Amino acid sequence: MGRIPQTITQKILSAHAGKEFVEPGELISARVDVLLANDITAPLAIREFERIGVQIFDPAAVVIVPDHFTPNKDIKSAEQAKAVRDFARRHDLPNYFEVGRMGIEHCLLPEQGLVVPGDVIIGADSHTCTYGALGAFATGVGSTDLAAAMALGETWFKVPESLKFVFDGQPGPWVGGKDLILYAIGQIGVEGALYCAMEFTGPVIENLSMDGRFTICNMAVEAGAKNGIIAPDEKTVTYVQGRGRRPHRLFRSDPDAVYKKVYQYDVTGLEPCVAFPHSPDKVRPVSKAGDVKIDQVVIGSCTNGRLEDLRLAAKVLSGKQVHKDVRLIIIPGTQEIYRQAVKEGLIETFVRAGAAVSTPTCGPCLGGHMGVLAKGERAVATTNRNFVGRMGHPESEVYLTNPAVAAASAVAGWIVSPEEVR
Amino acid sequence: MLEGTVFKFGDNIDTDLIIPARYLNTCDPAELARHCMEDADPTFAGRVKPGDIIVAGANFGCGSSREHAPVAIKAAGVACVVAKSFARIFYRNAFNVGLPILECAEIWGVAAGSRLQVDLANGRIKVVDGGQEYQARPVPPFMQEIIAAGGLIPYVKARLAGGR
Repeated sequence: MGRIPQTITQKILSAHAGKEFVEPGELISARVDVLLANDITAPLAIREFERIGVQIFDPAAVVIVPDHFTPNKDIKSAEQAKAVRDFARRHDLPNYFEVGRMGIEHCLLPEQGLVVPGDVIIGADSHTCTYGALGAFATGVGSTDLAAAMALGETWFKVPESLKFVFDGQPGPWVGGKDLILYAIGQIGVEGALYCAMEFTGPVIENLSMDGRFTICNMAVEAGAKNGIIAPDEKTVTYVQGRGRRPHRLFRSDPDAVYKKVYQYDVTGLEPCVAFPHSPDKVRPVSKAGDVKIDQVVIGSCTNGRLEDLRLAAKVLSGKQVHKDVRLIIIPGTQEIYRQAVKEGLIETFVRAGAAVSTPTCGPCLGGHMGVLAKGERAVATTNRNFVGRMGHPESEVYLTNPAVAAASAVAGWIVSPEEVR
Repeated sequence: MLEGTVFKFGDNIDTDLIIPARYLNTCDPAELARHCMEDADPTFAGRVKPGDIIVAGANFGCGSSREHAPVAIKAAGVACVVAKSFARIFYRNAFNVGLPILECAEIWGVAAGSRLQVDLANGRIKVVDGGQEYQARPVPPFMQEIIAAGGLIPYVKARLAGGR
């Protein structure tokens, strides 16, 4: 029998299902390398796991990061965080990350080398798809799915069809991973990749840094995708070397692999993008944003809280002041990113500009704490969702942008391109 | 056979609308139920009765992976959600927590407030007054096994006990 062409997603799933080939639509049981939960989803997973009444198949494979409502925002959150901490101690989990030694999960796991190319990763958090940037299959699941996989070391998947996105051309200044993914979501809509894998390729993706690639794959779920994925290259290998805690495997799509659809985007001259309320697919170029006066800016999150993001923000904010009517909140993604930002003088720039700098937390992105919006308030955020009520009051508004546009908007007091404050 | 009154919601009903994150500092089903659909329709939790049915458009349950969303809907007394399509994590979660859901592209024709009869076994949906009938997409056999076992956790327990 001849070789059957497969996409990278199919190949990784085949390898974990003990098969030579899997086809889209096929239901498989696959081995999982890493299982992730946070302080919101772990309590439910723990409850379900304890109903099964067995040991964790491999305690080192379970990663728990209390990052959403931590440092504890109220008594109930403290109780949830404590339940999770107690579970981690009881089961001797080596990969439990405490406040002060942690980070936002999807910034932290790659940085700590806990996820590597070729892995299958499930996480009780929808943005688990971030790790696809390493050439891994990573997808969000619910707490019960996670609990079952903690017992079995495997889970079931329906093999997704793949959509291929080819980015070509020379994008304009200040355009990064965030703008490319917002552009794609704007083109296909929030259900444009429902149940599918989004495979990102082309010269523009090859030129992107790892930080930019994480941002792209992070928001695949905003188009309804099961996973986002980028073929590993030298940049990926360089990133993983010295930090990967397990051996990695490099997979690539066969040239004749079958795709449900191929999207060719010539992004020559693409401007930074803004997603308007209340959906990530309501995308406009920043020059067409109009007069949107803002009250708050958040720079951070699992989407844009990495070092490159902070460097961009600092470049814009250097020597500037945050507008008197705006609160700027900057949240480094991990302790390591925070430390590096201190070392490079980025934090100095932020504080001088009049920004509030926080310890790593998801806090404001989901309207938890550290920047909840009042009725009628508007925020620019480098986060991933701008649904009704996402950052606070149901009548507040969130505009999604890249870190440079967010920083520029904090200075101007309304949504502007970085060019306008230089 | 289920029978209940229809509450209708549109396309892309996200998990922040189903259960806003500000209530995620608990996983108590009764408390989550009190805030179910709050940011989409603040009167919903007060009006919904056990056995009622949610009808929605495309991509129901998009957004976060929070299992609190199907838990809140189920605890609010909703017997079944019928939508044009579901976001994939919500789809899995609903089965795993025992909330019946059906995909039916034509369901959008059903009016809010009408009474629906739903046969989960074969996916037949009927409007009680008027008699229009709809056929939902059959539930994949694999998912039916999980339901037959009583949800994912009993399924896993049985599997471990059987040494499979």
